[in-house]
Amino acid sequence: MTDKLKIGEQEITNRFFTGTGKHSNDSIIPQLVHESGIEVVTVALRRVDLTSPEENILHHIPKGCILLPNTSGARNAEEAVRIARLARACGCGDWIKIEVIRDNKYLLPDNYETAKAAEMLVKEGFVVLPYVSPDLMVAKDLENAGVAAVMPLGAPIGTNRGLQTKEMVRILIDEINLPIIVDAGIGRPSEAAEAMEMGAAAVLANTAVATALDPVNMAKAFSMAVEAGRRAYLSGLGPIKTEAEASSPLTGFLS
Amino acid sequence: MKITVNGEQRNLDQKVSLHEFLEQNKINLNVVVVEHNYVIVDREKWKDIALKDRDNLEILQFVGGG
Repeated sequence: MTDKLKIGEQEITNRFFTGTGKHSNDSIIPQLVHESGIEVVTVALRRVDLTSPEENILHHIPKGCILLPNTSGARNAEEAVRIARLARACGCGDWIKIEVIRDNKYLLPDNYETAKAAEMLVKEGFVVLPYVSPDLMVAKDLENAGVAAVMPLGAPIGTNRGLQTKEMVRILIDEINLPIIVDAGIGRPSEAAEAMEMGAAAVLANTAVATALDPVNMAKAFSMAVEAGRRAYLSGLGPIKTEAEASSPLTGFLS
Repeated sequence: MKITVNGEQRNLDQKVSLHEFLEQNKINLNVVVVEHNYVIVDREKWKDIALKDRDNLEILQFVGGG
C-alpha cells in the first residue's frame, strides 16, 4: 500500500509519532524506534547543566529519524520563535512543533500566541506543526499562514484520557485541508486507531508509551493500531444503522 | 570578570574565547547551541568571540520531550 504522509518535503510511512520524554531509561529508544519503524520523534530544548553534563538525547535517536523539536517552555509567541531558532541552529532540520503554554494545571495551549508564532516561523522557512486546542477558526488561520500540519490535543498532556476532543477534531479533519495530527492525551492504541479511522493523518503519543510497563512493545502496539485505523479509514467504514440488518440470506431456510 | 551562563553568575579568571569556555567546561561541542548576548552564534564563530565582563550566555541542547 503506497500511502505516504507528506509533511514539508518529507514522505512518511509510519503515521505513529512518538516523544522521547519521560522514559526511565533513554537507552531503550533505539530499540523502540527500530522495532516499531517509527520515523518522527519529538525532542525538547533545555539548558545544559554545567555541573553535571548529561548524555545528549541525540545519542539515542537513530540516524534517519525526522526530528521534531518542540518549543516547550515558551509562554508567548516571542519565546516560541526564540526556541525555534535555537532548535534549528542545532543543525537537525527545520521542523518545529510550536507549543505555547501558560496554563500549568492543564497545560492547554495558547492558540492566539501559537498562531502569532506560526506566522513568523513560516516566514522564516520552518516546517511548522502547531500544537493547539481544536478550534476551527484558529486552524483556518494557521492554514492560511502556511503551516505544514495542525496538531490538536486529544486530552491534556500526559493524562492518558483519550480522544476527549473527538467532535472538535472531526470538524478540523473535515474542514482543514492539511494533515491533522492528534497529539497529547492519547492513552491507548484503540484511541489512536479511533482517531485514524476518523481521518486523522497521524497520531503522536509520548506518555502512553514511555510510562508503559514495556515501552518497546507499547510503541509497537500503537504503530499497529495507527496503521489499522488508517487502513480502515481508507477502506471506507460501513454505514451505522439503528435496526438490525441480517448478514445471512433471509431465504432458503429449512422448513 | 563576571558573566552569566544559563542564568547563573560565574567568575572568569582570565580572558577566554567562547570556544575555550565551552571546552573548559567539558561541553560536548557537537550537540549544543549557544546564544551570546541573545544572538545565536554559529559554531564556526565560537573561536572568534572573546568573552567580556557582563556577557550573557545560553548553552542549550536537545533533551527528551513530547
